[in-house]
Amino acid sequence: MKFIAEIQVMPQKEILDPQGKAVLLGLKNLGIQNVADVRIGKNIRMELDVADEAAAREEVEMTCQKLLANLIMEDYSYQIFPA
Amino acid sequence: MKFGVVVFPGSNCDDDMIFALRDVLGQPAVKLWHKSHDLEGCDFIVLPGGFSYGDYLRSGAIARFSPIMNEVIAHAQKGGYVMGICNGFQILTESGLLPGALLRNTNRQYICKNVYLKPVTADSLLTRGLDVHKAYQIPIAHGEGRYYAPHHLLDEIKDNDQILFKYCDQSGAVTEEANPNGAVENIAGICNARRNVFGMMPHPERACHPMLGNTDGYELLASIIIEKVLL
Repeated sequence: MKFIAEIQVMPQKEILDPQGKAVLLGLKNLGIQNVADVRIGKNIRMELDVADEAAAREEVEMTCQKLLANLIMEDYSYQIFPA
Repeated sequence: MKFGVVVFPGSNCDDDMIFALRDVLGQPAVKLWHKSHDLEGCDFIVLPGGFSYGDYLRSGAIARFSPIMNEVIAHAQKGGYVMGICNGFQILTESGLLPGALLRNTNRQYICKNVYLKPVTADSLLTRGLDVHKAYQIPIAHGEGRYYAPHHLLDEIKDNDQILFKYCDQSGAVTEEANPNGAVENIAGICNARRNVFGMMPHPERACHPMLGNTDGYELLASIIIEKVLL
């Protein structure tokens, strides 16, 4: 079965995110005042060809932990749906 | 001591490193292509600076899975020497050979300038020939060099005397102003607990010859090969 995994990798809450700070500053300069904070991460979309959803989940967990996220500085989350 | 400098796609300090090791220090040094599985009998492996794999995903994250890294990791696990400079340091943290991670500089800029480093311990191959009361001028050139380790890891690193260098001012004072990238506790370089794997963001190989206008980096690299006189 084909599945799509939509993965989000974000810098951990306690880590300063200079990219997010730069965008926040840009928003303020644009005159958009009501944004309190901005944090920037990555969105990764993967296509999987596996037996079932459980296998897809296992595969995604492994790729996140081994390569897509660095668990010292980032957290990940994901959604899996049939392609 | 035979040195091997690993060349990844995107490495750009490999020639500088070979020059420093071979021409300046007079040591045998060879380049090792990242697709090789042979360390060619090298005692000391260097992961040079650059932008391996275009820094895609995270700096060093993809180079960590280059074929030769299996042998580099095995070499380190047997107690063999491995040193990573700049991007090489990032690859070593990504591969788990060194603790912590390197994040984007707090000021959002790529910083290329001379900074001062204070050796924190003389108890390592890389710092044993250095004066812990002196500030060494060494250049940095990175956008992602903010060393970070969570509290429990940082405590461990300090308890084990693993901090090799801190950013300091010309007089050797470790101050907030002298911290170029926002690194936790001004950390510029560390080693592992076993003291055979070293990582640092600054580039000693760019400061190792009078022709380069600075020889402070020579003292650091020469530390590796000096015969320690036992008193």
